[in-house]
Amino acid sequence: MNVLDVRRVKDRVDRIPRRFLPVIATFLVFVLTFGTGSVRYEGFASPQVMTNLFVDNAFLIVLAVGMTFVILTGGIDLSVGAVAALSTMIAAATLEAGWPPLAAALAVLASGTALGLLMGLVIHFFDVQPFIVTLAGMFLARGLCFLISVESVSITDPVFRELATGTISLGEGVTLTYSVLIALAVVLVAVYVLHLTRFGRTVYAVGGSESSARLMGLPTGRVRVGVYAVSGFCSALGGLLFSLYMLSGYGLHGVGMELDVIAAVVIGGTLLSGGVGYVAGSVAGVLVLGTVQTIISFEGTLSSWWTKIVIGVLLLVFIIFQRMMMRRPG
Amino acid sequence: MTRHPLFWPVAALVGLIVLNAVVNPSFLEVRIQNGALYGGVVDILRNGAPTLLIAVGMTLVIATRGIDLSVGAVAAIAGAIACSWIAAGGDAPTAMLLALAVCVLLGLWNGFLVSVVGIQPIIATLVLMTAGRGGAMLVTEGQIITVDDPVYRQIGAGFVVLPIAILISLGVLLAVAALTRGTALGMLVESVGTNPRASRLAGVRSRRIVWTVYVFAGLCAGVAGLMISSNVNAADANNAGLWIEMDAILAVVIGGTSLAGGRYSLTGTLVGALVIQTLTTTVYSIGVPPDAILVFKAVVVIAVCLLQSPRTSELFRPRRRAEPADTRAQEVAAP
Repeated sequence: MNVLDVRRVKDRVDRIPRRFLPVIATFLVFVLTFGTGSVRYEGFASPQVMTNLFVDNAFLIVLAVGMTFVILTGGIDLSVGAVAALSTMIAAATLEAGWPPLAAALAVLASGTALGLLMGLVIHFFDVQPFIVTLAGMFLARGLCFLISVESVSITDPVFRELATGTISLGEGVTLTYSVLIALAVVLVAVYVLHLTRFGRTVYAVGGSESSARLMGLPTGRVRVGVYAVSGFCSALGGLLFSLYMLSGYGLHGVGMELDVIAAVVIGGTLLSGGVGYVAGSVAGVLVLGTVQTIISFEGTLSSWWTKIVIGVLLLVFIIFQRMMMRRPG
Repeated sequence: MTRHPLFWPVAALVGLIVLNAVVNPSFLEVRIQNGALYGGVVDILRNGAPTLLIAVGMTLVIATRGIDLSVGAVAAIAGAIACSWIAAGGDAPTAMLLALAVCVLLGLWNGFLVSVVGIQPIIATLVLMTAGRGGAMLVTEGQIITVDDPVYRQIGAGFVVLPIAILISLGVLLAVAALTRGTALGMLVESVGTNPRASRLAGVRSRRIVWTVYVFAGLCAGVAGLMISSNVNAADANNAGLWIEMDAILAVVIGGTSLAGGRYSLTGTLVGALVIQTLTTTVYSIGVPPDAILVFKAVVVIAVCLLQSPRTSELFRPRRRAEPADTRAQEVAAP
């Protein structure tokens, strides 16, 4: 490669806006981890393994989208795993009581959104830290699960079973589930809302500097409350997808899921201080976590706790990377 | 009187104790058996010791505007190391020293990420929170290791009139109170929490202070982890100290220390930890179904936080706003 070529490559890299670099880095890591898996294990680089990443992590993608909204405003939502568990429980209990599936799904979405809205209102109007409020929300949602039933409730509704087991063929034996379509739809809607609506611009503005946003006359209060409602809705929807995945409702579903979600969002390049980040990054973050899990299951001899260690290390690498990016502002 | 920052937490504590005494008249009885005290109140103290100890470490971390999410994982690691060492034929004191040394290293690591690399505390400690339990599983090889060592048993279940565990926790609390409030150290910690940059420019060694509080929090978590595993004579990498970081943070916040940093109240933390533990005990003793414990806890936490919120007092006293300067003066004087 001669000097001119090097310069041309450098020019091209420089032309990429700096703010996209973390997201691009996450995608690179995803490609790298997936590549490593493909080289090491036979049958890893198959289209089905690739689509399974989405199939197995559809609920995580939805949760990560909701969490991205909250973190973009500089808040945090620790309740997502518990609300998802509550959703599986409400879905299972209402279906068992003979509700039509659509009504059950609506009840789940309504209760999740209401819980999120409630937390948002407390955070905004009483000025209590999001960390504490959503922590209490986490306790509340888990507790409500056990009030409904201590045991795991299985879902036998034919419509739910059909949705869970039904597959869409992409040709050559590669199949997707309906959950993946829902998750991708959520991602598209989220991208639209964040970048092309007033609400979305205000989310970024509040995360950048709340007082400036308020002085500009933006409805900061509405947005601060709204993002928790969005996250509650996404948690409920993620919980519905999870109930399709597990075909049961259980209060101990998704313990620690909130940490996986936060890790995915951070690995995806969203700053916890707010104002910086993209939904696409969070999706990439989920895919990286999914790939790590797949590699560990392909390896076979590695125990599941290695997943945790690898996620921790990845988290570390990414925050140090982000730190270096911020130290050298372009 | 309701303006004192500790009014509502103390009221909650008294309320819970009265509730217990009404439901179970023998609750307040303390009897002496083999030179040691037993009774409902003593049980609360004994079971609350690990949370209190971790909360003391957490108070200082939060005072510097930080947070340490990794304490539960660190506690699990401490138990795992100590039990593995004893199970492999080592003696208890070496096992405990070894475990605590590792915890100090983990605290150094957290402190390094926060104070030198400059990563947000919540994320920096999230790394160890996620990876730490995996590490503890590595140490125990995924098994629950049971031990039977009379010396090791003392730290969690032993008695010297009062349970040894609570004596350790209270001792640490008093030592920290004496050290930080008797010298300028407490003020320096608060100044770092108020404005790290300004205090560094004023000549406070903020990096060293921040680093130290994380090491101290790690050490506290380690001792608490030893208490937990010694109390059950086993190391359970998955469940030891699970959610204890949340309990400790709640204790600190209920005690009136703001997560925004800049001021702290050790007395508040003591009250907060007691509220959390009494709450758990109450739930069992008044016969709330165990399934509802979490709901009950959530309701009490939200209630105390809302009552403490300055916004709430504004609602009740529309004409006179609470003066932050006033409460602050009281708090500095309190411990």
